Amino acid sequence: MTTVPVTSTPGIGARLAGLARSRETGIFLALALVIVATTLKNPDFLFSADGWRNLLLNPSIVAVVAIGQAVVIISRNVDLSVGSIVGLTAYLVGSLFLAFPQIPVPLVFVIGVVFGGLLGAVNGALVAFGRVPAMVITLGTLYAFRGINVWWTGSKRINASDMPDGFLDLGTQQFLTIPVLTILAVVILVVVAWYMANTRGGREFYAIGSDPDAAELYGLAKTRRVLMAFVASGAASGLAGVLYTARYGTVNSQVGDGFELQAIGAAVIGGVAIVGGSGTVLGAVFGAYLLLTINSALPVLGIPDFWQRAVVGVLILGAIVLDRVLAQRQSRRLHEERSAA
Amino acid sequence: MDANGAVPVLELKGVSKSFGAVVALRNADLTLHAGSIHAVVGENGAGKSTLVKIMAGLYQRDTGTFEMDGKPVHFRTTAEAKAAGIAVIYQEPTLFPDLSVTENVFMGRQPVGRFGRIDKGLMRTEVAGLMDRLGVRIDPDRPADGLSIADQQIIEIAKAISLDARVLIMDEPTAALSGVEVERLFAVARSLRDEGRALMFISHRFDEVFALCDTVTVMRDGAYISTAAIADTSVPEIVRLMVGRDVNELFPKIEAEIGRPLLEVSGLSMPGVFREISFSVRSGEIVALAGLVGAGRSEVARAVFGVDPYEQGSVVLDGTPLPPHNPAAAMKAGLALVPEDRRKQGLVIDASVATNITDAIRPTLTRFGLITARAENVEAQVWARKLEVKTASLDAVAGTLSGGNQQKVVLAKWLAANPRVLIIDEPTRGIDVGTKSEVHRMMSELAGMGLAILMISSELPEVLGMADRVLVMHEGRITADLPRSEATPETVMFAATHTSEEVA
Repeated sequence: MTTVPVTSTPGIGARLAGLARSRETGIFLALALVIVATTLKNPDFLFSADGWRNLLLNPSIVAVVAIGQAVVIISRNVDLSVGSIVGLTAYLVGSLFLAFPQIPVPLVFVIGVVFGGLLGAVNGALVAFGRVPAMVITLGTLYAFRGINVWWTGSKRINASDMPDGFLDLGTQQFLTIPVLTILAVVILVVVAWYMANTRGGREFYAIGSDPDAAELYGLAKTRRVLMAFVASGAASGLAGVLYTARYGTVNSQVGDGFELQAIGAAVIGGVAIVGGSGTVLGAVFGAYLLLTINSALPVLGIPDFWQRAVVGVLILGAIVLDRVLAQRQSRRLHEERSAA
Repeated sequence: MDANGAVPVLELKGVSKSFGAVVALRNADLTLHAGSIHAVVGENGAGKSTLVKIMAGLYQRDTGTFEMDGKPVHFRTTAEAKAAGIAVIYQEPTLFPDLSVTENVFMGRQPVGRFGRIDKGLMRTEVAGLMDRLGVRIDPDRPADGLSIADQQIIEIAKAISLDARVLIMDEPTAALSGVEVERLFAVARSLRDEGRALMFISHRFDEVFALCDTVTVMRDGAYISTAAIADTSVPEIVRLMVGRDVNELFPKIEAEIGRPLLEVSGLSMPGVFREISFSVRSGEIVALAGLVGAGRSEVARAVFGVDPYEQGSVVLDGTPLPPHNPAAAMKAGLALVPEDRRKQGLVIDASVATNITDAIRPTLTRFGLITARAENVEAQVWARKLEVKTASLDAVAGTLSGGNQQKVVLAKWLAANPRVLIIDEPTRGIDVGTKSEVHRMMSELAGMGLAILMISSELPEVLGMADRVLVMHEGRITADLPRSEATPETVMFAATHTSEEVA
């Protein structure tokens, strides 16, 4: 019998090769390309104080939503209600400041996250216990949550003047030229990415998304995990609602409209397979940055509004085609390797 | 306690399980001992799978006792059964295709360190060690996607060992394996037995049961029949217990009058898949296409039928050339293909038995473009009766039938179309003995009616027992064309493992 020498960790070379091939690297390079091309056309895009800030700041709210969405998609579900959760939470935050002007800002964050988590738990409970496809459930709650929002808000709006400066400053403050909101998003990204890669719970999301029936036979707590994924997505959206309020200062009944498609688009572009089981939250965040940076770059490049949406569409289709081709190539390679062995 | 004075590792007594009005298991007994490989045999529907699922914690028993090491146990989940040391290797392994081999082995019970961090290095080292021990070379980091069924089973076994399972249940593990792979699996099973684990082995192949096991339990119609030491029993004895009647002839071959060639295939080639395939099948003749799994047999059948394209060669049916890559034309000309994977290719699982049977003759049943359930049932009734399909009604959903009856439905569907040439891929895979000999009898009868039959089979006894002529394939080529008189296990296996130059 031949023994294969196996070290306990892959070598540096293998790691570098893996890094070079990874989807995240590809998306990051595409993002860099967009930024460089746009900056060449108009240096202010990157080098003005505002340009740099907007580049980092604007996508960070969608990025937070995309992190939650990625967890849900990895477990072979989808959450269409995230935009409505962002909107409802944002209005709740505004109302809190109206009712209790002295309310401490950290408490508002906690309330926003918990409230979003509860809305997510509604989704999760219906999907996990009701055994109804997530697409249908969350399509329902998308309209239900938005309906509550419209009923509650009516034609009112909450303005920046209704909120304390300490809260609104968060939306503009920077630390070493990096916006505080972006730092917050990065912290969440690091924590969730670490959890997904290194803990039993995180790996079980992948397992459940990869083959739900096998997960059952392995004795994994599928119901609980699916519920958790939706709570995580809801909590992330709740946080995004708080961030949105801090960033823009104005809240009406349409906040977060369309975020669900941006978040799903970001995840798919970032390499999270829509059928579950593969992809990373880092990819989803890169996807969010690429998607929104392209949105702001196209006007600078003088491309008409109509084409901007088309470009986003092509990007998503391209990502899906790329996934398909890569998956087939990998599958063929694995089969060949096996038959050669 | 038994005669040896040893406490059995696992003991089931008087276990029953019903689903509504259907009794799946009644009064089942089973005793597994450490250091023993225990075969459980029985026809499909005999209750073997239900028994396995009770031990695995997927089902809960209604009555009876379940003891491990003499202490009563009661599993409510698969996790509990696993924790007690029971590992099940299913016929079709259930792995996570996107995850690495290592993760598949450890999912749900990864070793963790501080902050719940999984110790990946430890996992990897252990899996590499396991693969070494099992004597296989599978990269622990590769995803499970793309692994052969045999390799997937090895991973399931690695999982069981790393779990330190004391009871290993293998549910028809060899159904999809080639000869070499079966040998490898048996070597592993024996070494596990020698370590003092208890193994349970479910199989329809008696040669395997006799080669591997030391004890055999027979089940029939959901009930325990008997347990005997392998040394004290014989194949006819077991078959009689299983079927409850004597099956004197497993392969009731009826001599049929051989007529003119109905299917003539010449020079069929598809680069990378098969090359220069030429053969003919005559009316009344059963020709077996033998070879190892992966030799290209099913691919040839699919190309002949027109599901897959081919680059060179021709297919002639009773003097009429068939256009390539056109299954509709092939069907019209009188060619029928009963595929290997019934659930995926041969049957509409969610449709009724009647709809399935009339699937291939749908156009002839329409009146003004409409089909009535009545017209379907009338036609389906004929074939369901001829083939003795056991179903509550013709409206029953096909997926609820047992494997053997599903195969009958698929056969009925093609026979309803009145074909002249029948290609049948693995006609008895996953079918129990009783149904097997029924399928064989049917094939003989069909040949007697003047049909030309091309049978793909991996089971040597079936090939030797049924075929008038045996074609053997190896790596995409036909390496032997043996008449019945010359076909022996040796000649067929030799041709299946050597290229034609070596054979000649």
